[in-house]
Amino acid sequence: MKSDNQKYSVLDIRSLSATYGEVKALTNVSLSVRRGEILGLIGPNGAGKSTLIRVLSGILKASAGDVLLNKQNITSYSPAERARVLAVVPQARQLGGAFSVEQAVLLGRTAYLGFLGKPGKLDLEKTYWAMDQTSISHLADRKLAEISGGEQQRVLLARALAQDTPVLLLDEPTTHLDLRYQASLLTTLKSLVEQENLTVLMAMHDLNQVSSTADRVALLVDGSVYSIGNPEDVLTPDNIKATYHTEVESIKHPRSGKSLILPLM
Amino acid sequence: MINRSFLVVTGLLVLAFVLSIALGAVTIPPGNALQILLSKLTGAELSGSWPEYFETILWEIRLPHTILVALTGAALAGSGAAFQGLFRNPLADPYLIGVASGAGLGAIAVMSFPQVGRYLIPMGAFLGALGTIYAVYALAKVGRIVPLTTLILAGVAIGSFTSAMTSFLMLVSDQMVLQAMSFLLGGSTVSGWEPLKIAFPYLLSGMTLLILSGHSLNVLQFGEEQAQQLGLSVEKIKILIIVAASLTTAAAVSFSGVIGFIGLVVPHVIRMVWGGDYKKLIPLSILGGGFTLLVSDLAARIVMAPRTLPVGIVTALIGAPFFLWILRRAKREVFW
Repeated sequence: MKSDNQKYSVLDIRSLSATYGEVKALTNVSLSVRRGEILGLIGPNGAGKSTLIRVLSGILKASAGDVLLNKQNITSYSPAERARVLAVVPQARQLGGAFSVEQAVLLGRTAYLGFLGKPGKLDLEKTYWAMDQTSISHLADRKLAEISGGEQQRVLLARALAQDTPVLLLDEPTTHLDLRYQASLLTTLKSLVEQENLTVLMAMHDLNQVSSTADRVALLVDGSVYSIGNPEDVLTPDNIKATYHTEVESIKHPRSGKSLILPLM
Repeated sequence: MINRSFLVVTGLLVLAFVLSIALGAVTIPPGNALQILLSKLTGAELSGSWPEYFETILWEIRLPHTILVALTGAALAGSGAAFQGLFRNPLADPYLIGVASGAGLGAIAVMSFPQVGRYLIPMGAFLGALGTIYAVYALAKVGRIVPLTTLILAGVAIGSFTSAMTSFLMLVSDQMVLQAMSFLLGGSTVSGWEPLKIAFPYLLSGMTLLILSGHSLNVLQFGEEQAQQLGLSVEKIKILIIVAASLTTAAAVSFSGVIGFIGLVVPHVIRMVWGGDYKKLIPLSILGGGFTLLVSDLAARIVMAPRTLPVGIVTALIGAPFFLWILRRAKREVFW
């Protein structure tokens, strides 16, 4: 943030805590996401990954601490202002089935449209571009209810891309996808991040996907950051055992050289 | 926007409108009815060969009644569509969140004071509806947001409460029981041009707001969280839509009584035929609601002529089986 402009923190999370009623969901979380990087967010179920995304996107209010988005407190953004900087890719489930793929992606432009939602030329261009980038152009007129889960997840990614934001938050985008769609979604995402210099925070389940996709990894457990850093430094058998309570072995991927996590069974 | 769906529904509405001003205890041939209407509107000389009382019936009774019925149906169907979109529930309608019962209670409360005058009935309905929204909203609020599930539960509870209050009011002031009964069954309590003049501004502004809310309702179909993440000010928009739909409902209830099922059936049929895009669904429901209630009202006037049935009986006879049919269908397939 001081000198190296290329590496400044787009998202700066400082001593953040959040609760659901009486239940503490996040406790004193501090981490920052730098411009142009993919920060993978991992941790066992209930660690607070989705909660963090909900706080960052303004759904849940923090009980303590601050989130700075482009050096400005997240609470000072209106929903529309925030949606022009930060887009969320939720898990695909129960999409409004009555809409066509194109209509759904166009709703990514909501923050730019007026109350009446009448799209202009730029809105349509961004919509078509986003569908093209995610290879769903051929589905434009299909209803959401008629397409597969993998295609729906692509629609949600396209909708976030149409939002035209420098920051993307993804909540376990590969959870409901089969292997082919998982790989192609992550490949698409990674090339978009490079091409558009996007800043990405991505909650994930699959440790090996994190290892191969993320530039850095934050390991959450019980609402706190257990470890953060390069994938090979965070995804160690000791860390995994301490947080997931599972014995694993780490080996090198024969081609990429990245860490592979193998559960010992 | 102008496409076949609008032409079809507008055509049906116009047809029902003409039949409604022509038919009744006294039949005025539709041609004559149109001629009288045109000459009245343009101020041209009447050149027809019809009895003079045709003009009186048409201008003083049928036309204001027909316009009021059309607007009432439009209001109920439009607000029904909006509530369904807001709750993302195909079974939602103005009755679900207690607004119609609240409006009914307000109207009956005014009726139980005969000295107050019947033209204050709409004020009572508005206050009843707004009081209901306020109570339901306050009850349903959890922290800073209003989850739709608690909103619906609060609506059902408050609706039962206001219905009980209404029954109580009817029992303690027996001189108004008949009037109130007819009102609750959906029989108009007032006629002539006067109620139209009072109701029109509310109906027009409420329905205009609902039509303009189509885009916001579309965004809300992805859930409140996603809508907020897409940049919609969800809480503000929800209040706007609730107020617009409730005022529209109250205006309709206060002049036409408590008419059920229009707000449920009409948007449903429109959705099945032309899809769930709220930018189209709301205006089409408004037009279709006018048509449907005109036809129901026509049936209510003709079946036992010269006696007139409360139109609420007709809509319930058609609507309740339809409601059950939707339930059966909804169990078998998810078309939402």
